[in-house]
Amino acid sequence: MEFIAYLSSLSPANLLAAVPGNVAQGIIWGIMALGVFITFRLLNFADLTVDGTFATGGAVTVVLILSGTPVPVALAAAIAAGILAGLVTGILNTLLGIPDILAGILTQISLWSINLLTLSGANKAVNVDKYPLIVTLRNVQSSIVTALVFAAILICVLYWYFGTEQGSAIRATGSNPHMSKAQGINIDFIKILAISLSNGLVALSGGLLSQYQGFADIKMGQGSIVIGLAAVIIGEVLGNSLLGKHMNFAYRLIFVVFGGVIYYLVIGLVMWLKMPTDLLKLLTAVIVAVFLAIPYLRAKAKNSFALAGKRGSQKNA
Amino acid sequence: MLNLCNVHKTFNIGTINKKTALCGIDLHLNEGDFVTVIGGNGAGKSTMLNAIAGVWPVDEGTISINGIPVTALPEYKRAPYIGRVFQDPMMGTAANMEIEENLALAFRRGHRRTLRWGIGKSERGLYRQALEKLGLGLENRMTSKVGLLSGGQRQALTLLMATLQKPKLLLLDEHTAALDPATASKVLELSDQFIAENHLTAMMITHNMTDAIRHGNRLLMMNAGKIILDISGAEKQKLKKADLLQKFAEISGTQEETDEVLLS
Repeated sequence: MEFIAYLSSLSPANLLAAVPGNVAQGIIWGIMALGVFITFRLLNFADLTVDGTFATGGAVTVVLILSGTPVPVALAAAIAAGILAGLVTGILNTLLGIPDILAGILTQISLWSINLLTLSGANKAVNVDKYPLIVTLRNVQSSIVTALVFAAILICVLYWYFGTEQGSAIRATGSNPHMSKAQGINIDFIKILAISLSNGLVALSGGLLSQYQGFADIKMGQGSIVIGLAAVIIGEVLGNSLLGKHMNFAYRLIFVVFGGVIYYLVIGLVMWLKMPTDLLKLLTAVIVAVFLAIPYLRAKAKNSFALAGKRGSQKNA
Repeated sequence: MLNLCNVHKTFNIGTINKKTALCGIDLHLNEGDFVTVIGGNGAGKSTMLNAIAGVWPVDEGTISINGIPVTALPEYKRAPYIGRVFQDPMMGTAANMEIEENLALAFRRGHRRTLRWGIGKSERGLYRQALEKLGLGLENRMTSKVGLLSGGQRQALTLLMATLQKPKLLLLDEHTAALDPATASKVLELSDQFIAENHLTAMMITHNMTDAIRHGNRLLMMNAGKIILDISGAEKQKLKKADLLQKFAEISGTQEETDEVLLS
């Protein structure tokens, strides 16, 4: 009886109504995921700085907008702050020899204090009626368009950049640092460069999200690395299954952003199913774990000891 | 051409794993020398090549290439002068990049990586020609990921990458050791060909005595971090495997049977 009552309380109209908002948030997070893609997939560096950088981007943007700075300048400053944070992680890792995960965590933790200082508190609101915010949940449609324009420009720029000599050096360093050194690439410099670039994108995304939701919050970056990874991995699994062999670098970038959208649509769906919001992070982790495990398990299913044993025993029988 | 002067290297100084790997290496290579290097495991062959390539700084001594002092330069700054092929075929190429992308990376060895396009328009023809020389059909798979190639193909590609931008010095560190005999001889043949065509100065480590005698114009034997034998010119032409084994026994003072095991 209770179940039927629960079902009848779900309104399909509400689900549909939530879709545009989820898409807008998904694209904004997709931009963040482009940053994660650079470190995680291209540089092969697990960068946990982003949890801090995302909030830094939000904090810098909101504080500057409140002080009367034009929004584009505020976003540029957010990107600069993100690049700086990436620079710190890169230097900790390459010049000071701190392992990648720890280097990221150290910067992330220090950003917590810096973000508190920036916000002079735990959060700060910015009112769309008083300031010319470029994305806001008050106008979801135009926000989607703006976010899409940002994503499209970034995808084009990244596609170009990773095709250049310098971008190729980043990909080579991620693929084989040993070979890269032998080919005359200064891999320390390249790592710092890539991590900075990645964090610049993450901060930009944080700056957009803070405008969209109308406030910056010290906790807005918590777990963002997992959301970014979720978008990257969902995008890859989808792209590979839809396009297969035709999956090229441009599609990989597009599917990263698309992965962010899918992620938020799934989140929207489970919220609609009235799952308590406290469980969201748990759900995100499960999604990432499942999508990371799928390609591995698939490969294993075709190539396992159990199967080999079965084949062997069939032959002997 | 290449000058090593009293080069010393000890690993793990101050621990019980302390190991003296190079013990006063003096070596002078002339332009166009093709030197084969033999010696037992732990003799210091790879260590010497790594010292030249700048994988780590040496403890003592100086190294110069073509008159340029490189002792204080890190690996990536020496790369413009040096082409390298490693023992592990996986080491010399970027597996998840395309064949032509790998070649383009190598083509830019010694140049600043700018914001120009990673592969120039005119380059593909050049790469195609270069790949044709390998005779492996790779010229028809230029956009394949290198990870899909076999060990031998990857090693041949690495060799091509090492010589694409003519290096002052080519270092081959047991580059055929991980390959099957047929592939190994093919890669060795290519090495000979590239070195001759480009008039390269080269050093090749090998565990195969016959190869060491047959290739190159000079032969070095190493033991315990020292060069214990240096034969070149006409003397090397006359060299026989038995002579080497005997010389090794004489100089190192160990039994011939064990040497055979170590060096054959």
